[in-house]
Amino acid sequence: MSLQQFINEAISPWMKEEGPDSDIVMSSRIRLARNFQNYPFPIISSEERMEEILQFFKEEYAGKSFRDYHHFEVVEMDKLQSVEKRVLVEKHLISPHLTEHSKHSASLISQNEQVSIMINEEDHIRIQLYFPGFQLDRALEQASQLDDWLEEKVDYAFDENRGYLTACPTNVGTGMRASVMMHLPALAMTQQITRMTPAINQLGLVVRGIFGEGSDALGNIFQISNQITLGKSEEDIVEDLHSIVKQLIDQERKARQALMHRSGVQLEDRVFRSYGVLKHSRIIESKEAAKCLSDLRLGIDLGFIDHIPKTILNELMVLTQPGFLQQYAKESLSPSERDVRRASLIRERLQLENKE
Amino acid sequence: MDCQRCHKRPATVHLTQVINGEKTEVHVCAYCAKEQGYMSDNQDFTLNDLLSGLFNYDKSSSYKGKQSKSYQSNKQLKCPGCGLTYQEFAQIGKFGCADCYKTFDERLNPIFRRVHSGNIKHDGKIPKREGGNLHLKKQMNEYKTQLQHLIEQEEFEEAAKIRDQIRSLDEQIHHGQGGEE
Repeated sequence: MSLQQFINEAISPWMKEEGPDSDIVMSSRIRLARNFQNYPFPIISSEERMEEILQFFKEEYAGKSFRDYHHFEVVEMDKLQSVEKRVLVEKHLISPHLTEHSKHSASLISQNEQVSIMINEEDHIRIQLYFPGFQLDRALEQASQLDDWLEEKVDYAFDENRGYLTACPTNVGTGMRASVMMHLPALAMTQQITRMTPAINQLGLVVRGIFGEGSDALGNIFQISNQITLGKSEEDIVEDLHSIVKQLIDQERKARQALMHRSGVQLEDRVFRSYGVLKHSRIIESKEAAKCLSDLRLGIDLGFIDHIPKTILNELMVLTQPGFLQQYAKESLSPSERDVRRASLIRERLQLENKE
Repeated sequence: MDCQRCHKRPATVHLTQVINGEKTEVHVCAYCAKEQGYMSDNQDFTLNDLLSGLFNYDKSSSYKGKQSKSYQSNKQLKCPGCGLTYQEFAQIGKFGCADCYKTFDERLNPIFRRVHSGNIKHDGKIPKREGGNLHLKKQMNEYKTQLQHLIEQEEFEEAAKIRDQIRSLDEQIHHGQGGEE
């Protein structure tokens, strides 16, 4: 059963492929917000009206496929345990908002987990599409096709002047949020990223931590996305984001080279110390784990370590989150129990690589 | 997840407490977080507060004596589609339905300008069915600029072709989907 797959596997199938610039860009995402014309938005909707929408999606799309996105599974929030919801959030398959408003809400997830269409989130429909590495253009093209596919049956709320109408004024127009998840250890280490952030903000883009709004940049993972959705075309928004991300990639590569050149031994020391911590610790907090995993990944990219796959960062960042640890343990755990579990899980995972 | 304390509202504040080395997690709603002293009042300053601050800001009220009638009537504006009043909209910072955009239209430009760095008009994708003949209109504008350009370049043969295309497009707009305007 695929709900089990969604919940048991830390890495989504699409993440196993290596995308362009994957030493720095972990994933590219396009999210489109859409609403039905003749239904009140979920925030003030009656339960009956929301249920109608949910039923419509169950009848029309359950088990359907579109292009590479096979067999959409309707995952209803009401039918999930809270730990299962948490796991789906940690995998970025659903938003925290969806779990907080579980009644009549659901997500249609494709087999490869690349597409998740959230139903009755803040808007009636939130189409979300991921690509590995730096592939914003492809993600936009495919998301737009998925959008057309849904529009065949859904009467969208659209206005000539205001574009796609959304519950929140910050999404109106294209309803699009394009974002890129980046691993920027060298820019973070040299504190260049904090200096660059205000300039990036001025261009209408936002820099955030890995779990979105208000979250820390755990493991030096940053999310860059557009803020403006009105008055610019989807292509222009993506192009702007693309050019900034390109520059960040160049800067990160330069910073890595400079660090290697000026303090190669110190960097190597840092990488192997972190590797040591991951390999041997018995208790590890999520913050420390994230820091060490970031160092380990940097060590792999710089060639200090060559027997561990690059995806280890993506995989263990998800696997060591509270929801996953508890799912794995099949019981609820206190935070200190989790720290013990986390350490043993990381040790086991790294052991696996040593044997191969 | 419900608030641990009141079990009524969703938990939006998530804290990890360490007391004598023992970690506990707290998941409470913003209200209970304040009650319990986890959070001071002014710390709870969300995007919504910022937005609703923008909505309530009214230029006319800053001019003395110009507390205009339109302002008063705007405050009582109520969306026929969903029943949301402008005041409620300003409070929650969210629209209730598609009709709200029409109902509050007059008041929206300043808000959109601030949120979308000066933009008030959509310039992106048009849905295939719902967009009606907007596609054709967009195409028409493109043809017209092309035509202008070709005339300036004195490429009259090409210009004539474009002119014919404009004619047939014009027919489509007026006959094919007549009455839309």
